[in-house]
Amino acid sequence: MNGFAVEIHDMVKTFGDFVAVDHVSLQVKTGEIFGFLGPNGAGKSTTIRMLCGLLIPTSGSASVVDIDVAKAPEQVRRNIGYMSQKFSLYDDLTVEQNIDFYSRMYGVPRERRAERKDYVLRMANLTERRDALTRELSGGWKQRLALGCAILHDPPVLFLDEPTSGVDPIARAAFWDLIRDLARTGHTVFVSTHYMDEAEYCHRLALMHRGKVIALGAPAELRRGLNHHSLLRLDTTAPLDTMRAIEGAPGVVEVAVFGSGLHVVVEEAERAMEEIRRRLGAKGIEIRRLEKILPSLEDVFVAMIEAEERKAA
Amino acid sequence: MSYRRTRAILIKELRHILRDSRSLALALAMPAMMLLLYGYALSLDVDHIPVMVYDQDGTDASRNLVRQFQGSRFFEIRGFGGYGEIRRAIDRSKILIGIVIPRGFSGEVASGRGAAVQLLVDGTDSNTSAIAVGYAEGVVQAYSAEWRARGGMPPAAPAIDARARVWYNSSLQSRNYIVPGLIAVILMILAGQLTSLTIAREWEMGTMEQVLSTPLRPTEMVFGKMLAYFLVGLADSAVALVVGVSVFSVPFRGNVLLLALTTCLFLFGVMFWGIFVSAGAKTQAEAFQLGILTTFLPGFLMSGFVFAIDTMPKVIQVISLAVPARYFVTTLKALFLKGVGLHVLWPQLVFLAVFAGLVFLRAVSKLKRQKVA
Repeated sequence: MNGFAVEIHDMVKTFGDFVAVDHVSLQVKTGEIFGFLGPNGAGKSTTIRMLCGLLIPTSGSASVVDIDVAKAPEQVRRNIGYMSQKFSLYDDLTVEQNIDFYSRMYGVPRERRAERKDYVLRMANLTERRDALTRELSGGWKQRLALGCAILHDPPVLFLDEPTSGVDPIARAAFWDLIRDLARTGHTVFVSTHYMDEAEYCHRLALMHRGKVIALGAPAELRRGLNHHSLLRLDTTAPLDTMRAIEGAPGVVEVAVFGSGLHVVVEEAERAMEEIRRRLGAKGIEIRRLEKILPSLEDVFVAMIEAEERKAA
Repeated sequence: MSYRRTRAILIKELRHILRDSRSLALALAMPAMMLLLYGYALSLDVDHIPVMVYDQDGTDASRNLVRQFQGSRFFEIRGFGGYGEIRRAIDRSKILIGIVIPRGFSGEVASGRGAAVQLLVDGTDSNTSAIAVGYAEGVVQAYSAEWRARGGMPPAAPAIDARARVWYNSSLQSRNYIVPGLIAVILMILAGQLTSLTIAREWEMGTMEQVLSTPLRPTEMVFGKMLAYFLVGLADSAVALVVGVSVFSVPFRGNVLLLALTTCLFLFGVMFWGIFVSAGAKTQAEAFQLGILTTFLPGFLMSGFVFAIDTMPKVIQVISLAVPARYFVTTLKALFLKGVGLHVLWPQLVFLAVFAGLVFLRAVSKLKRQKVA
């Protein structure tokens, strides 16, 4: 082992003329929670499905725990757990019947089955509901059961495709606790999401846009990397007049409405703040708040995706 | 192929089947319902033919002839009238034959010169009318022979006298011939339908995606699913056979073990076919239509259960070679009516086995291709 749980090298997937995954290369370290972000249709699911051997890459290669997914997909499947985007356990079977079925599918040895089942039931907090029909469970329970069924064979690598979409915030938080526990016990978790708050839980992130990885790194690194620009928070009595007054001013890159105030991307914070104070003073607009703030991941990604769009146009 | 995973699929499918008790009840009631419906409706026996008589003669001799028709189980006299009434009755499909006994009939009969009787026949349904005309001629001939005997005249002797003896279905009841074939056709439709939804349902519900991410192999899935529905198919076969023998009192003269063996081979083939259809369809609606189309039509038309294959165009005859129901129909008719054994029927069994094997391989490769498409 070279320390990487997942390695993707120059992977491409096309559907007819549509390039879903466009020369993606990345590596995921063992024990890492690796977040995969991006808007819908960016190619996240397609990438994950290729890593699980459910799709064949058009070109390029990938390996999971050093097993080539194109050459030995069955061996790969023994070493992964996968949770697809849509809930996909059997609705008309009970919790326990679903667990038993997947236990046999993954070839969990007979003597370990009872123990693994208990572990999963406890982890998912479903011990009391083991005889309930799966269709009667609420979203959060279903999610944990799906995760449980995916880890019955204790796989080293987990692929979770938007596991928390459509689940309430409390259930989401509980779910992320499980993911962190799994990472602590040496499992590698490759998870896609479009919730920015969840991105903060990941050790490293890749931002995908139109099939390409446009940013890769730890959350803190990405936040710092707004191309050496700074972000200002500006609250005034008249936001629209303020926008008009400072747009195009020297050192101001971009102005955007954010909540009740404005986010201003500038080249250099001190000089820009001086210029903004001067301009607004001349117009008689009162400044309530003006300060340099740390950009959120959302700011970073919106800026990056907009920059990409501008490049494309 | 892993025994454990195949068994797991089998258990899971049985759980689906048992959970959906309404569908299961329907699946078990279907063969009896279809057999009763088609068995009673599909009679090729021609009897109680409605006729109308125009007796222009009005003598003892003519009335005697009419009584002959009255006495036959094949005819039912619906009334008397002239040409106008007969025409109207035929137009309205009230009668099939109008019998006209001309004036002077008794005189001509008595003179021994030979008399003529006119039959006006509705030829719309050519098959039935040909049979009806045959029966009417028979009645007239019988009457004619009786008359000659009474008058002391020598019977008119035909040059060659064919004496037919009917084997196997000596009473020539069409039911005896239809019901075994019908059982085969019904089982083809039901068995195909049972499996045709199973894989399409998993595609539609998204459960396939999850299952395919496990080490499960397509062979195991196809085989496990088939086995689960095979148990339902066996129950269906038993229901159909019992109804056929008890309700329609069709004789069963063959070997029960041979019947069981053929039924199993047939069910394997048709159920793999349903899975093959299902693997290619991404929705249940699509699978259902494809399944019905590919089992109902060939089962009904190309199995030889009613429509004789020998009289069909060559192209259709060749296509019918690939229809498993054809071999099952042949076997069932032979087992029910003739009681012949393996030494005669082995080619049918070999075909059914080959069909099952080939379709199994096709279903597996179809699923393999769909899996990573």
